[in-house]
Amino acid sequence: MAKVTIDGIEIDVPDGTTILQAARMIGPEVAPPTMCYHSKLKTSGGYCRTCLVEVTKGSEKDPRPMPKLVASCRTNVMDGMVVTNGLSEKVQDARAGVVEFLLLNHPLDCPICDQAGECHLQDLSYEHGHYNTRTDFERRTFEKIDIGDTIQLHMTRCILCYRCVKVAEQITDGRVHGVINRGDASEISTYIKEAIDNDFSGNMIDVCPVGALTDKTFRFKSRVWFTKPVDAHRDCDKCSGKVVLWYKGDDVLRVTGRKDQWGEVEEFICNTCRFDKKKTSDWTIEGVREISRHSVISANKYKKLVKPKRLTINDIKALPE
Amino acid sequence: MQRKLLLEHIDVPGIQTYDVYRSKGGYASVEKALKTMTPDAVTEEVKKSGLRGRGGAGFPTGMKWSFLAKPEGVPRYLVCNADESEPGTFKDRYLMEHIPHLLLEGMITASFALGAHTSYIYVRGEFFYIIRILEKAIAEAYKNGWLGKNIQGSGFDHDIYVHPGAGAYICGEETALLESLEGKRGNPRIKPPFPAVKGLYDCPTVVNNVETIAAVVPIVNNGGEAYAAIGIGKSTGTKLISASGHIKKPGVYEIELGVPVEEFIYSDAFCGGILNDKKLKAVVAGGSSVPILPAELILKTANGEPRLMTYESLADGGFATGTMLGSGGFIVMDESASIVHNLYTFTRFYHHESCGQCSPCREGTGWMEKILHKILDGHGSSTDIDLLWDIQRKIEGNTICPLGDAAAWPVASAIRHFRHEFEAYVNHPKQQHVVSYYDHCHNLATAEV
Repeated sequence: MAKVTIDGIEIDVPDGTTILQAARMIGPEVAPPTMCYHSKLKTSGGYCRTCLVEVTKGSEKDPRPMPKLVASCRTNVMDGMVVTNGLSEKVQDARAGVVEFLLLNHPLDCPICDQAGECHLQDLSYEHGHYNTRTDFERRTFEKIDIGDTIQLHMTRCILCYRCVKVAEQITDGRVHGVINRGDASEISTYIKEAIDNDFSGNMIDVCPVGALTDKTFRFKSRVWFTKPVDAHRDCDKCSGKVVLWYKGDDVLRVTGRKDQWGEVEEFICNTCRFDKKKTSDWTIEGVREISRHSVISANKYKKLVKPKRLTINDIKALPE
Repeated sequence: MQRKLLLEHIDVPGIQTYDVYRSKGGYASVEKALKTMTPDAVTEEVKKSGLRGRGGAGFPTGMKWSFLAKPEGVPRYLVCNADESEPGTFKDRYLMEHIPHLLLEGMITASFALGAHTSYIYVRGEFFYIIRILEKAIAEAYKNGWLGKNIQGSGFDHDIYVHPGAGAYICGEETALLESLEGKRGNPRIKPPFPAVKGLYDCPTVVNNVETIAAVVPIVNNGGEAYAAIGIGKSTGTKLISASGHIKKPGVYEIELGVPVEEFIYSDAFCGGILNDKKLKAVVAGGSSVPILPAELILKTANGEPRLMTYESLADGGFATGTMLGSGGFIVMDESASIVHNLYTFTRFYHHESCGQCSPCREGTGWMEKILHKILDGHGSSTDIDLLWDIQRKIEGNTICPLGDAAAWPVASAIRHFRHEFEAYVNHPKQQHVVSYYDHCHNLATAEV
């Protein structure tokens, strides 16, 4: 066991736990945001740098602070380690920088993006980004590519988190896509534009933190906050069959895996469940899916509403430019 | 007179061939190590010598070797980093081109110390002709019994393979190099685990620069203490410096660490002074990624002491008034050079070479290049200079590998020491006389044709 202090809160965690996992054990108040880390995918994380934290005391044995900010998703805790996340100005500053870098080439097309409402980058930029933009250069753009008959890749929106690559590597038989080119010209591609054709390819959509990989059976059908999530399951010979059905009226518009409080898929599901079973009669309904009150998806769905504070003219004046 | 350890026989005709190299005392260190020393004794000599990594970071080599994990039944590897791509550095190319056997000799001796039976030389893709030189030298070494099974009857087996890169600067970063060597995309790995524990094919691996491995030869031949006697303090031995830019005699010089910078620039034994006897303006002392220093700070430290060519003296004053020895790419600029234009050239390089794995470097390097281009085009504003400063600050230290730092430091130092030049570009863009290091090299190249 190792004792670690994160933002002043102590917790005992098993050896080999990462700082991020320890912070998540304490709770969402101290957990750093993540874009590329995914708890169900091995070797994920370390690329986006949003989860940077400051280690002010290395361990009981070696109390020196770490010279640089470290990626909490890939750094293991040591006994006696002291970590600051939200309380460190250095971390907040670096994180705001990372958000700015991620948005530098990301299109501001949220109004027409299917991911809007459940997009990690939206949440991240809202919580950690700046109000204003400091760039007026043209953003890089790519052509949309159909990879398979059910998934569309819109590389312009990609933040290169490598999650879809890890999904293909770890839960499917053979990876046929990856990252080609380098630097800011890197792109996710199947190289010779091959189709990704396997039973679990749909999970790439679920793990994509932005709207780069979207479900073609759902594209432009509805905004996610107009649909109602319902837990359901069926007997499936390929996967656990535990899914969320997204209803609009009586129609199932899409089927996704269940995501935990960190927005990460709990159990991967197969393409048959995801794309082919879109009738209520295919499923055993379990009940309404709990959605965090802070998510836009929960808007107008629950009785206990928290009214937003009405802004006065003084509040508006106090807003940063 | 400066002692030469690596380039002692560089002028001997035919030193590239085995016979001449052997007649000049070549492969003596292998003989000595295999027949009279234990592997630990060789490592001990390297530790005593105080040899520091010549690739740029300056980490003590003996310590790096002693960190190598030695589990039973798992092979260990030595990898020679010959992916020399730092702008301004060309010492490894010179060494491999002219005395390839020195590198091979060092590889065999070092591998013996580490217990590695296979080693790789990862050569930069652009050095295709050097691959042929090395292959020829390796064939000669096999023929004469210095490689293969049971070397010189000692019972030690060793094989060396040459592996060409595909022309990526990032593959000079040791973990990216290992990925590339394994046949994967050359992306740096996230550390820990370090290569000394899990390197090539998940086995313990030591990655050393060409010059570092070559330096093992004189260390074993003359003893670690003799090597440590050269130099000052913790900067021991000799170092190859690639001198380029506005100097009378550009080229590769082997110096004893501790030579004053002023002597190095102006003495006839080295650079021979500034071209056309102009005024010195600035120096990039250790390859493009280290901070640039103006003339007054490179010749003397902030305390007024003369600056020496050592790891410590060049770093004196931290990044505020100091720089680094780095890989020894010594770029001199005279008063006609434009710092802004030169910085643009460097930044364009780092943008082109970023691997794209982590976001600050992937996006930030391109952003800095665009802003510098805008300033050079005469559309910049003074907020752009502050923005540049802020971007480099957010890249530095927040990336997976040191490429982010390497891209940020030149920008930071150029703004720190030459902010007035940026402001001149912003305020009076049309009056700026653009002569960059890049243009200078281009002119030289075309003039020779």
